[in-house]
Amino acid sequence: MSDPAENKGRRDFIVVASNTMMAVGAGAVAYPLINQMNPAADTLALASIEVNIGGLAEGQAITVKWRGKPVFIRHRTADEIAAANDTVVDDLRDPQADADRVQKPELLVIQGICTHLGCVPLGQKIGEVKGDFNGWFCPCHGSHYDTSGRIRKGPAPSNLEVPPYAFISDNVIKIG
Amino acid sequence: MQTQKFKSPVVRWIDHRLPVFSFMHHELHEYPTPKNLNYLWNLGSLAGLALVTMIVTGIILAMHYTPHVDHAFQSVERIMRDVNQGWLIRYIHMNGASFFFIVVYIHIFRGLYYGSYKAPRELLWILGVVILLLMMATAFMGYVLPWGQMSFWGATVITNLFSAIPGIGESIVIWLWGGFSVDNPTLSRFFALHYLMPFLIVGVVILHIIALHRFGSNNPLGIDVNGDQDTLPFHPYYTTKDMFGAMVFLTIFASAIFFYPNYLGHPDNYIPANPLQTPAHIVPEWYFLPFYAILRAIPDKLGGVLFMFGAIAVLFVLPWLDRSPVRSGRFRPVFKVFFWLLLADCVLLGWLGAKPAEGTYVILSRLATAWYFFHFLIVLPLLSLVEKTRPLPQSISTPVMGGAAMAGSSAPREKPHA
Repeated sequence: MSDPAENKGRRDFIVVASNTMMAVGAGAVAYPLINQMNPAADTLALASIEVNIGGLAEGQAITVKWRGKPVFIRHRTADEIAAANDTVVDDLRDPQADADRVQKPELLVIQGICTHLGCVPLGQKIGEVKGDFNGWFCPCHGSHYDTSGRIRKGPAPSNLEVPPYAFISDNVIKIG
Repeated sequence: MQTQKFKSPVVRWIDHRLPVFSFMHHELHEYPTPKNLNYLWNLGSLAGLALVTMIVTGIILAMHYTPHVDHAFQSVERIMRDVNQGWLIRYIHMNGASFFFIVVYIHIFRGLYYGSYKAPRELLWILGVVILLLMMATAFMGYVLPWGQMSFWGATVITNLFSAIPGIGESIVIWLWGGFSVDNPTLSRFFALHYLMPFLIVGVVILHIIALHRFGSNNPLGIDVNGDQDTLPFHPYYTTKDMFGAMVFLTIFASAIFFYPNYLGHPDNYIPANPLQTPAHIVPEWYFLPFYAILRAIPDKLGGVLFMFGAIAVLFVLPWLDRSPVRSGRFRPVFKVFFWLLLADCVLLGWLGAKPAEGTYVILSRLATAWYFFHFLIVLPLLSLVEKTRPLPQSISTPVMGGAAMAGSSAPREKPHA
């Protein structure tokens, strides 16, 4: 109660301290309200799948669902592998050697989601358009992918993504 | 004047075209509030806080809940186990309903004691009763959604109340159910309405506040404000007091959520609904118990329903039952006694509502029901005629500042715009 300057300092301290506590409290309240929209435990529990590729003959492709999205698995022919390897990597929009995109050259595992805006490219089924590079073609905005799933032409910025996967045995891979 | 009020030029620019800031300043800042309000006047803003909490957590729960008989129970369990902090959000919502009712019941008894329903605040009071009815409907339908045993049988019993209506009762119940029993159509519509009604409550709350701000808050003395010397600006005086009250409320609320989240619930509701078996002991949530006791006290189906709804209906006409010109119970020695008797009676009814409907409990329920209506229909009108009230103070300032203090001499606090 002595000099007004000291009182003012004390008041400021109280104001700053209470405002800080309010901010901390608001953050603590906001966190659960926002975090509840993140994937729930049961959703995360489904984050990996196992696929049997034993019956997949050369030239065949299958599509499996992983985390709600398609994954393309193609047993590539020798021609397709050769075409992927013959490409000059430095000329690509998203330079990546074919060898960096596969664990075994004959088996290509990629996410079937166009990196432009998320459509599913054509080229898995017999008779579907495969694009100028004999890989996949996205019908939404015309992106062409080659036999390694790399972007070659069209608006997409990067190659079809390779999901994390591992060979559990010769015939079974685990995606995720 | 407008240009002086706000420092920020952006705010001034907007306010000139869309006077929302002026409006808020007028209603939440300079709004003159009687300076003698006690802590019972915190309950209004607490009810608002509870309503907002319920709406926020409710919208979140709706993101994860599935209104279908085959999935409802599982989806609630998923919220409890799998959704990030879902348990917390559900416990807030679940206990929030109870705390909303606690706050509102105290708010109502505050109004009853201090005569806040009297002229010129009759519509304010009636809007409050409308809010109470909407809250009850909302709470009832919300309790059905988890689709546990209590949900199902509560829904069955309450919807069957309407079958008491002579002639058309059966058709009304079938219409409510959308079938021949409480089933999926019932659950879907209850979910839709449970989502809708809180927003109706918000609408009526806005009307409630408009009506409140017409004449301002009543006060513990129940006398009118005479002038500026009797009031304080709402901000910072009552915003600070309301915030303090909110902190106390939230502390108690949080203790319930974190330490006794299921104290007010029934274990039976963690058993999935089974239309082939009624639980042995079925009771509504605690906030319905007094009304439930009245329902069971009357040995007649239609009569019980009428008395139960009558218990609320009587509140609508309360401003015309109590004709005493003195508002506050402080100056009404006889009314005061009857007020506490009524409060005790309501608590007794609540207790009886949780007891089995047999033996002494039935007799007590009938006596307590009779007393409830006796209070409103006989005691209050009679007291208005015969009670000798104590003299009222001249002004709010008189008892607060001591006899001598009046008008100019007793306005020590600066007001932003006198």
